[in-house]
Amino acid sequence: MNNYHRFDCVIVGAGGAGMMAALEASQRVGTAVVSKLYPTRSHTGAAQGGIAAALANLEDDSWENHAYDTIKGGDFLVDQTAAEILARDAVECIYQLEHWGLPFDRTPAGKISQRRFGGHTKPNPDYDPSAPPGSPNARPRVPVMRSCHSADRTGHMILQTLYQQCIKQGVTFFDEFHMTDLILVDGECRGIVALEIATGQLHVFHAKSVLLATGGFGRMFKVSSNAYALTGDGPAIAYQHGLPLEDMEFFQFHPTGIYRLGILLSEACRGDGGVMINDQGERFMERYAPNLKDLASRDVCSRSIYQEVRAGRGIGGKDYVYLDIRAETINRFGTSPTGKPVDHRWVESRLPDIIDFSRTYLGVDPIREPVPIQPTAHYAMGGLPTDIDGRVLRDETGAIVPGLYAAGESACVSVHGANRLGTNSLVDLVVFGRRSGRDMARYARDHDFKPLPPKPEAASHAKIRGFLERPRNYPWVKLRDRLQHVMMDDCGVYRTGEGLERARREVASLKEQYATLGVQDKGSVFNTGLLEVLEFGNLLDLAEATVASALARTESRGAHSREDFPDRDDSRFFAHSFAFRDGPDSVRLAYRDVDVIYIEKDGQRQPKYPLEIRKY
Amino acid sequence: MAETTRHLTVRIKRFDPETDSAPHWEEYQVEAEPWDRVLDVIQKVKWTIDDGLALRRSCAHGVCGSDAMRINGRNQLACKVLVKNLPDNTIRVEPILGLPVIKDLVVDMKPFFDHYKSVMPFLVNDEPPPTTERLQSIAARARFDDTTKCILCACCTTACPPFWGDRKYVGPAAIVNAHRFIFDSRDRAAAERLEILNDAEGVWRCRTVFNCTEVCPREIKVTQAISEVKRALLTGDVGEIDASAETAAAAS
Ligand SMILES: Cc1cc2nc3c(=O)[nH]c(=O)nc-3n(C[C@H](O)[C@H](O)[C@H](O)COP(=O)(O)OP(=O)(O)OC[C@H]3O[C@@H](n4cnc5c(N)ncnc54)[C@H](O)[C@@H]3O)c2cc1C
Ligand code: FES
Repeated sequence: MNNYHRFDCVIVGAGGAGMMAALEASQRVGTAVVSKLYPTRSHTGAAQGGIAAALANLEDDSWENHAYDTIKGGDFLVDQTAAEILARDAVECIYQLEHWGLPFDRTPAGKISQRRFGGHTKPNPDYDPSAPPGSPNARPRVPVMRSCHSADRTGHMILQTLYQQCIKQGVTFFDEFHMTDLILVDGECRGIVALEIATGQLHVFHAKSVLLATGGFGRMFKVSSNAYALTGDGPAIAYQHGLPLEDMEFFQFHPTGIYRLGILLSEACRGDGGVMINDQGERFMERYAPNLKDLASRDVCSRSIYQEVRAGRGIGGKDYVYLDIRAETINRFGTSPTGKPVDHRWVESRLPDIIDFSRTYLGVDPIREPVPIQPTAHYAMGGLPTDIDGRVLRDETGAIVPGLYAAGESACVSVHGANRLGTNSLVDLVVFGRRSGRDMARYARDHDFKPLPPKPEAASHAKIRGFLERPRNYPWVKLRDRLQHVMMDDCGVYRTGEGLERARREVASLKEQYATLGVQDKGSVFNTGLLEVLEFGNLLDLAEATVASALARTESRGAHSREDFPDRDDSRFFAHSFAFRDGPDSVRLAYRDVDVIYIEKDGQRQPKYPLEIRKY
Repeated sequence: MAETTRHLTVRIKRFDPETDSAPHWEEYQVEAEPWDRVLDVIQKVKWTIDDGLALRRSCAHGVCGSDAMRINGRNQLACKVLVKNLPDNTIRVEPILGLPVIKDLVVDMKPFFDHYKSVMPFLVNDEPPPTTERLQSIAARARFDDTTKCILCACCTTACPPFWGDRKYVGPAAIVNAHRFIFDSRDRAAAERLEILNDAEGVWRCRTVFNCTEVCPREIKVTQAISEVKRALLTGDVGEIDASAETAAAAS
């Protein structure tokens, strides 16, 4: 059969996580990368601001600082061993990327340049607990330059560099192949099924180990920074097979999306001194986060924007505020990262793409005017639960699914907990992409191919045939719009039990209608209508798990903010949620303890990162 | 420019290999907001009139390079053209030229990527790396900054008359990507890459038409990059060595 392929390792997804894993695995065993997009089209290329690593190129820093910030930023829902690995391996991974040719910006000494980013701090050397509040010495921690960058297109450079290295190493790619199913037998993964977009044919990939690195699923929301392709296919397909999804209630809204379009304006804007301003010209973050202000973590900033808008202080009373990166504003507030005044040219050299986005899509020149912004659905903290080697967990006990791996945004290790810090996703991709690639190759070496069931493509075939055979009785786009609206309104920055209940009913009704849909195009070649419908089905399943997890978590933590339960409740919810499909319409939830590191101190066993109330 | 809803006539060159023997034009009527992108307009056609309309798109803000197409006779990313900037209420959309059409606006990108891969588009340096980063001065890094912006959308190559005439010509995008490494102070394979580009199907095919520079959505000075490669071939010189970083390293 022409459509049968056999590789030791199959990697689904050619973003940062997938290609990093491919570079590792393909050095050791036969490896193929299957991607619905050409690798360089992956959304890793859209990442702007940078990648965190405590290189200490411009000021003192340490991986311990980075680990602490990651845990606190995640509102303590972070698995601590994983966070330490992230922070420690980040340094080595950045050097590896540099050696592969990644063109980082440089310091005057020729080293990799670094910038500030929200939530990345170090202890304040001048901290004085008795200093008057609001004075510089009253801050226990101060921002640190930890984000390694290449102007404001760091993700583009990472994606290009990894693809270049894949070409150099001769990695095998199946470009524009869309995974439609996982082959799971007796609880083990033995391969995948994928649709070749150019022909409409199904292909079977027989493998010893499979890595899912399909990226995020922000397209579940109306306003999103995510690409059209980000529909969470990997996690959704696993969920359809009864595997759990972890921490789905935590979805990050980035505070600075371009008004209406959701296109991201990186946090680097604020790292480099930009501030958010309300209708009264106030720098409102001074009220909500007196220490870090505009560099507080993203969930805090997004909620603050909503509060301002609710209080009628949105611009012109509307639902947006301004992001102001004009040199004179940076100088007026004294927010320049170097402490020295800046000029237009400096701003332009640091943020060229962002300035171009604003000019192109809004007709607003950020060098001269402030830019209208609103929170935009940005990053899935949740996803497929994995251990520190990328192995997918079968349930909350930590048992694994042999042969199945996940990495990148589609995975939940969890290093981001309830809220990811900026620049920590790109590190996650390289650190855990690399670890997964190594471990899946090791697994493939230690095991033989196991037989496939007869006709593993049958289920995909039946599903696709259904959409092609049914008439297009209803424009499916309207159903997708409804999903995106209800998720934005009732499962967005702020949530209530009542709103979530509404969302739950809406998703259930959409699922019912979904089952009756047909597409207009009955052809085989590049049937992108069919692909969109398949993707929409995946979004529906992920929405179902998200809403159920959010309903059950009756507390507020990180990005999950329940107006009816405004406080964090560590006694009940210091735990990861695991959502399982339980019958066609119901979701079963279970919880897994957060991984906590204990140390001996004063002859006592104590948590290394004691719980604290997160304040910025 | 009009800031109100516009009624657009969208003419799209359609081709379905399963039913058509040749491409033909179809016309659609669409309402669009001034801030809509041409990509949004095309997707409105797809979502409300004919879901069989085939196109590639992903990021929707000009960074992934998926949706290069000929819009009103000029290669552009559909997601970077705003309705409010359209000169009139009729738009013409067709696939980029010089690559085989698969369906509607989708072309076969394989020949394009093959040219790209032929110029060794990766850093070559077998000297053992230091335990930290290789040093590079700010000036040496700036030397090749422009060509690092390429998103491989193919707008340039498929706007190039010599490429239309000779599909074996590597084309501007491949040269841009060779440039990115030839002028990187950390790379050691400039000579090999220059040898590849010295071939009959290399840089000398370029007739400095400047179409590439005009259409590049990333505003890369493509023709200039090609000229720099030509000059390097003639002089054998790829520019200054990275002296400042070395001094800086010695000082630190
Ligand atoms: C605008 C923006 C800016 C960002 N900036 C930063 C930043 O500065 N720093 C930072 O740390 N993080 C940033 N992030 C987050 C970060 O970029 C992403 O989380 C990360 O790039 C995800 O990488 P990935 O490898 O998991 O997935 P992606 O890069 O999204 O790749 C997904 C891959 O999966 C493939 N795929 C998906 N479904 C299928 C299927 N069914 N079959 C086959 N293949 C499939 C796709 O083709 C693609 O190759 C940003 C995110 C956005 C949206
Ligand atoms: S859709 Fe990505 S460049 Fe236009």
